[in-house]
Amino acid sequence: MDVKTGFFYLFSALLLFASLRVITARNPVQAALYLVLAFTQAAAVWLLLKAEFLAITLVLVYVGAVMVLFLFVVMMLDIQMDKLRDGFWKAAPLAGLIGAVIALEMAAVLLGGFRVTESAQVAAQAAPDYSNTKELGKLLYTQYLLPLEVAAVLLLVAIIAAIALTLRERKDSRHLDPSLQVRVKARDRVQVLKMAPTMAAPPPPPEDDTTKEAKP
Amino acid sequence: MSLTLGHFLSLGAILFALSVVGIFLNRRNLIVLLMAIELMLLAVNMNFVAFSYYLGDMHGQVFVFFILTVAAAESAIGLAILVLLFRNKSSINVEELNTLKG
Repeated sequence: MDVKTGFFYLFSALLLFASLRVITARNPVQAALYLVLAFTQAAAVWLLLKAEFLAITLVLVYVGAVMVLFLFVVMMLDIQMDKLRDGFWKAAPLAGLIGAVIALEMAAVLLGGFRVTESAQVAAQAAPDYSNTKELGKLLYTQYLLPLEVAAVLLLVAIIAAIALTLRERKDSRHLDPSLQVRVKARDRVQVLKMAPTMAAPPPPPEDDTTKEAKP
Repeated sequence: MSLTLGHFLSLGAILFALSVVGIFLNRRNLIVLLMAIELMLLAVNMNFVAFSYYLGDMHGQVFVFFILTVAAAESAIGLAILVLLFRNKSSINVEELNTLKG
């Protein structure tokens, strides 16, 4: 058992412990923080697999952006946990059974069937001038250029959707509509009225007091 | 016993099973449900990276990159919907979301 195996078991144990705490934590803030721990441990496992770029991306994007968003939302909402936790452990036996079956079956198949050790191609990657980021970049910007652009558009759509969903216009704000301002024409500003030079005097109002008509 | 591909795939499988259990347990709490989905995506990504390393093929890591992008977009929109829901119903209990029920 070499150092790498030891580190693998350490990171895996921490990862599984953190994810167990994510799903059982009483406080959602705690759950979010344990999810941060889980993501950092997963990044460490990916470093063992020599996927440095993705490991750093996981830490930057997930721990730095997504989890901060999660924490922000969790702390912004006033959540009553008691009602949500009502009957929490009632489904635990069935859920535990299903989870154990999934994990044991898959582990039995995967540990038995995938005894692949590091191939010769992997050994070539261990050369001192080999760069994971460079290889990934080469692929991304040549063969996967179109999917990359589509992913960028997807992120843009996500930004617009998130803003449009949560945008709340204030009813009492007095604002100018810029599009109306831009589209204004000269005739909307000045109106030339044609009037006769002399006008007949309007007829005198009737002397009746009951009529409340104002003078024209 | 040195590390094989099966070790990493088993780690992904256990992680996936844990998140399935999490979805069962937290069936009322929408925000923990979203976190469990993030964990599931992490388990899938783990499999991709492991295969990519042991088979010496970089395309798996490109796929993980795109999954990370989609997952980030998904969680941003999911949390926006969550905030909108809380603003309208003052609750994130999944069992109260039966407005569409006939």
